[in-house]
Amino acid sequence: MVELSPPKIVVENLNIRYDDVRALKDLNFNVKEKEILGVIGPANSGKTSFLRALNRLNDLDLACKMSGSILLNGKDINREMDAEEVRKKVTMVFALPIPLPMSIFDNVAYGPRRHGVKDRKKLEEIVEKSLQAAFLWDEVKDRLSSSGMKLSGGQQQRLCIARTLAVEPEVILYDEPCSGLDPISTAKVEDAMRELKNRYTQILVTNNVKQAARVGDRVAFFLMGELVEIDGTNRLFTAPRDKRTNDYLTGRFG
Amino acid sequence: MNLSPQTKQKIAFTLLGLAAVIVIVPVALILAILIKRGLPAISWQFLTEMPRMGMRAGGIFPAIMGTLCLVFGAIGVALPLGVLTAIYLVEYARKSWWTRMIEIAIVNLAGVPSVVYGLFGLGLFVIFFQFGSSILAGSLTLAIMELPVIITSSKEALMSVPRSFREASLALGVSRWQTIRHVVLPNALPGILTGSILGISRTAGETAPILFTVAAFYLPRLPKSVFDQCMALPYHLYVLSTQVPNVKQALQYGTALVLVGMIFLLNLVAIIIRSRMRSKKQW
Repeated sequence: MVELSPPKIVVENLNIRYDDVRALKDLNFNVKEKEILGVIGPANSGKTSFLRALNRLNDLDLACKMSGSILLNGKDINREMDAEEVRKKVTMVFALPIPLPMSIFDNVAYGPRRHGVKDRKKLEEIVEKSLQAAFLWDEVKDRLSSSGMKLSGGQQQRLCIARTLAVEPEVILYDEPCSGLDPISTAKVEDAMRELKNRYTQILVTNNVKQAARVGDRVAFFLMGELVEIDGTNRLFTAPRDKRTNDYLTGRFG
Repeated sequence: MNLSPQTKQKIAFTLLGLAAVIVIVPVALILAILIKRGLPAISWQFLTEMPRMGMRAGGIFPAIMGTLCLVFGAIGVALPLGVLTAIYLVEYARKSWWTRMIEIAIVNLAGVPSVVYGLFGLGLFVIFFQFGSSILAGSLTLAIMELPVIITSSKEALMSVPRSFREASLALGVSRWQTIRHVVLPNALPGILTGSILGISRTAGETAPILFTVAAFYLPRLPKSVFDQCMALPYHLYVLSTQVPNVKQALQYGTALVLVGMIFLLNLVAIIIRSRMRSKKQW
């Protein structure tokens, strides 16, 4: 927990509301370079709203109003960057695996192609590298041209991670990425996250408290749109400072 | 009356089945009569020759070609315009007073009687734009008539592409237009085409819109340009049946059969596209 590098993401006075409902209230905290930040909390605590604010997917929801600022590498993502630039640097892996209806190869090559990579050799390189980093290469290398939708759920989710890695992001957001997966697939996805740790900043929203404990360097606990506590994983799980955190972790509510 | 649930169910099913049968009967009858009376008239000469003797003999070739010209002309205009409108409405437009007005306009456009389209085409294309009575004016009139159908079916096809696909693409920093171009459109295209062809095939048989804008009473030659008049099957059929004395009945039925056959072929294309799309669909 030594703070050497400047924070990757700075969240300042972040408020989000959907029409009349306040989803996030006065969030203030930093995300460090190359850490895995676990975000836990009961349903409706604002975890997903927070993630979708980080890569500006909230822009798509007209009912969503935001105030405050989010800085990525010191730049305000809403005022100093355009949405595509933000989303290219801060990509998202969704709760349900969403392979696009195309081949495995095309799925991974989709991002780079749209961003202008045309050379077949270069694309093949990117695809192999990304699939390897997502621990999927060995399972699919002989059938890259078959549909991404024919893979199992766990493979699909790792395919989505590979697709994300292919655009060379700086931050990867996971929105309950294992909620539809069996324990073995979950373990593989978690392995991939740990492996990616030395290259990417990762934020993992999860309903599974144990998963946050397994992979998180730090964990943030959200409740009713507020950040109750953020701390090193060991610290938060063994000696939470706030009573509400303790209640949640011990299963007294939520 | 104290009927058991089983008896009630039997009665209900019988009624439902009866309704379905009654729907089939007119279609089957129309086809049977057309084939029985029209088939003898159909020959290679009938399909490929010019009409002779004031349409009492010879073929219907110019009418077939005229209808084809009109159909493809109308597709060429209505399909791009309708699909682009649908993309705008589904993907870009925000829900506002303005988009509601557009949607209401489209619904109302679908309810306008075809003869009113004909008069509108006469006023706008034939007279105001001075296209004269021409294939251009007729195609444009038919195109406007097809627009609501094409827009509605394209909108449905676009909306049937899961929102999650769009988000997955956007989340990679891909722009909205690229997302539409590379994810949404390829997956919506079969649906757009099917719906559009079905809509177009219906207008292929319309008489009123072409009556004032393009259709020639008797023109035993092929049109030379889009500014030329042409014969068309529906109007030719009307003329044969009501305006020309002493026409052999077989000619009328034969013409009707060709018209229905053409529309059936168009629908068949749509059905084939749809079934191929279903077998390929992965979600």
